[in-house]
Amino acid sequence: MKSRLAYLLPVLIFVGLLGFFFKGLFLDPKAIPSVLIDKPVPNIDLAALPGRGDTGLKSEHLKGQVSLVNIFGSWCVACVAEHPYLMKIKAEGSVPIMGIDWRDDPKAGMAWLQKHGDPYERVGADPAPGHASVDFGVTGAPESFVVDRDGRIRYKHVGIIDDRVWKQTLLPIIKELQK
Amino acid sequence: MKRLMLALMALAICSPALAVDPGEMLKDPALEARARDVGAELRCVVCQNQSIDDSDADLAKDLRQIVRERITAGDSNDQVKQYLVDRYGDYVLLRPPFNAKTVLLWLGPLGFAIAAFFIGRAYYRRQKQEAVALSPLSAQESAEIDRLMKDRN
Repeated sequence: MKSRLAYLLPVLIFVGLLGFFFKGLFLDPKAIPSVLIDKPVPNIDLAALPGRGDTGLKSEHLKGQVSLVNIFGSWCVACVAEHPYLMKIKAEGSVPIMGIDWRDDPKAGMAWLQKHGDPYERVGADPAPGHASVDFGVTGAPESFVVDRDGRIRYKHVGIIDDRVWKQTLLPIIKELQK
Repeated sequence: MKRLMLALMALAICSPALAVDPGEMLKDPALEARARDVGAELRCVVCQNQSIDDSDADLAKDLRQIVRERITAGDSNDQVKQYLVDRYGDYVLLRPPFNAKTVLLWLGPLGFAIAAFFIGRAYYRRQKQEAVALSPLSAQESAEIDRLMKDRN
């Protein structure tokens, strides 16, 4: 009996490895876990986009209400695809969206918003090398963060927000935080 | 053949191109050398198996600039790395650090070697014991045989 188990052991190890490799097939190597989850938002003080009429974006603007911070840029192709959905979120009024115009000419960022619509409550300009965005641990645009009332980052979404991401992931988290 | 040798030699002497362009370099060569040392150990989070010094990605360029800013501001190499680890996690280091999360990664191979040693030793010992089993009968066994033989008589 004992010896039969010993013969089976390599097979069991092999099956175990297969399990790991199979799981690995479906892991996204681009999904880097953020170390900033549950930490306070970084200390930022960003200038406004020219002619937008707000005073830019500071850390204190991310306190007192649940908000969605969205990193975008006029150069970012995926942001164009995401934009109509952000407009929809704004129209629904479920959460204020704060924009960070990352490694962009603020004028180009403003023109882009005029062309595609402006879903943001506030926008801060973060031209290259994008200190504020790096403080948020940015890996690409678009990237969005759910920030709670105390100004802590609670969730990070890398990539486009679409209907599925919004309804299945972001909105439930936001609703829970707004309770 | 000669051509092949030449081609191989050419391959051997060429070094991988760096993405660092002269405009980004620090004027002080000592500080620039430190920026290179740090940059070579930081992962470009866009193109993941390249260091920020090797990558042409815009974000890698920004990070190179930020590394140089930190160095100019007087940070040590380790402080610069920590600055990025605070934002991107251990992931940004190309050489995984030794800590509670990576202990299995570092010590796992050693653990397997030790386990293999003990399993192997147990296996050979058992083989030896089986050989021993063929050795002369114990006193108890002889007594048992004597008893059986007596019964027969």
